[in-house]
Amino acid sequence: MIVAVASGKGGTGKTTVAVSLALSLAADAGVVPLFLDCDVEEPNAALFLRPAIQERREVGQMIPEVDLDKCTCCGRCAEVCQYHAVAVVGKKVLVFPELCHGCGSCTLNCPAGAIREILDVMGTIERGWAGGVEFAQGTMNVGEAMAVPIIRQLKRWAVPPPPAPPIGEGGGRPIILDAPPGTACPVVETMRGADLVLMVTEPTPFGLHDLRLAVEVARSELGLPVGVVINREGVGDRGVDGFCAAESIPILMRIPLDRRIAEAYSDGVSLVEALPTYGKSFQQLYKQIGWLAEKNECCL
Amino acid sequence: MNQLVILSGKGGTGKTTVAAALAHLASQELPLVLADADVDAANLELVLDPARREEHSFTAGQVAMIDPQKCTACGICESICRFEAVRACSIDPLACEGCAACYYQCPMEAIRMQEQQAGRWFRSDTRFGPLFHAHLFAGQENSGKLVTLVKQQARLLALDTGAALLLVDGPPRIGCPVISASAGADLALHVVEPTISGAHDLERILGTTDHFGVPSLVAINKADLNRARSDEIAAFCARRGVEVVGRIPYDTVVTEAMVKGLPVTEYGDGMLAEALKKIWPRIRERLFSGSAGSSEDKMQ
Repeated sequence: MIVAVASGKGGTGKTTVAVSLALSLAADAGVVPLFLDCDVEEPNAALFLRPAIQERREVGQMIPEVDLDKCTCCGRCAEVCQYHAVAVVGKKVLVFPELCHGCGSCTLNCPAGAIREILDVMGTIERGWAGGVEFAQGTMNVGEAMAVPIIRQLKRWAVPPPPAPPIGEGGGRPIILDAPPGTACPVVETMRGADLVLMVTEPTPFGLHDLRLAVEVARSELGLPVGVVINREGVGDRGVDGFCAAESIPILMRIPLDRRIAEAYSDGVSLVEALPTYGKSFQQLYKQIGWLAEKNECCL
Repeated sequence: MNQLVILSGKGGTGKTTVAAALAHLASQELPLVLADADVDAANLELVLDPARREEHSFTAGQVAMIDPQKCTACGICESICRFEAVRACSIDPLACEGCAACYYQCPMEAIRMQEQQAGRWFRSDTRFGPLFHAHLFAGQENSGKLVTLVKQQARLLALDTGAALLLVDGPPRIGCPVISASAGADLALHVVEPTISGAHDLERILGTTDHFGVPSLVAINKADLNRARSDEIAAFCARRGVEVVGRIPYDTVVTEAMVKGLPVTEYGDGMLAEALKKIWPRIRERLFSGSAGSSEDKMQ
């Protein structure tokens, strides 16, 4: 079962919940969770899981390289490129890698067969082990703009291809995806293919505002079931409770505002390591996620 | 006119809280224009109580559409699409990146490209000055373009009205919307929290602003949550030659003010408001004199 942990608003506790969930599940004999940090612009989960990385590769996208001996400067490549990533100026072809989406349309359309594609490196993907948790993460290089190609390749590399084993209690290995904040394309790329999106929010006006938007992405745009974890319960107001009740979104867990959790986090100590009694709560959380995802599958 | 952008690699460190407070403080001294560059999940309006004056649609990008009357199910589009956006002769609009590769390759001319409305942008009035903000529809691409548009509009009005300051509340992370939010900025204020992930993310966002030649200042928020790590961050900034303009205490008054829909400096006169009132003149000095400023230690 694939669970994406998302939020809309940043800093609500996505990584805290995702890491604690993985560690709590790994505590059960025979369960080997797979954890993916899909927040490739600012990957943080490794700071808490401290994995031993065993494999690393550079990723990016394929950008055109023009063989000027074959090129007739007809301009077709520039004409078909929707991103203005190729320009033909006199007898020269200019390629702008930062605008290219790696779609390959220029290659397909070149009448002279003068374009081949080379890898433009945008980041790295890595995998290894953090105790009993199999771990993988992507890291976008500083100065790059596009996170989606890195997330896409991370998921292809690390997540076993479908058909996934049937969802349900004990069915299939837990795969936990730590998503970036926001609601734009990197979040969609992370959520795609998940069985359920676990929204971590805080009970404040900002938390609610952004939760609403993230739920819209998961439910309306991707048709995925969602469950909510309220973090820092006790601050703010009751807006998130009201929204979840009105939208029939189950609140699966509440983590009270506790300075000890924030202080442990600040030193790279996860919630279940700081307060081990939470282990049971996270195992229970995963069971509930299983039931919800199963129910959703039956309804489809 | 000077442009200040509030940034943070990590989400939830207090960008919007600081931006709203600075808007309040700055507006008492000079005319300003505000821009919320977090178009995924815009929160500035929640604490500035704006009156909406204008609303515009934002059209960007396109998606492929297959005409089932003309399609012969040859499968070419599916085989050439690198975004897994074509399945069984239909297009997944969320996965489609609008590259038009399928449009050019379809032998039946059964595919057309359709422009998309990707969001909306607004001009509003607040008690501190005009606010430009936007909403990118769930799961859309092109957030960078919408950020650029919002900032362009804000900048034009600032120049027209002779405003002294354009204050931009940035999005989290380091990718395309952040690059757009920082473009043309005279100064970036990084709001960082003293956590292991906060420190990690600061290094990457500083790399990004350096890469694009934007000078930086740092404010340490929730500083007393982990004093040792706050000191570490200050030492790191000193080594990099980045001025720390102040330390803001951890206080749940932030949430109380948010629930009331007020900037923290308007909500009360606590330690938090005091800290922000000390920070603003240091930012102002750096913005308007262009001097390098002194280190945090010299100030104390």
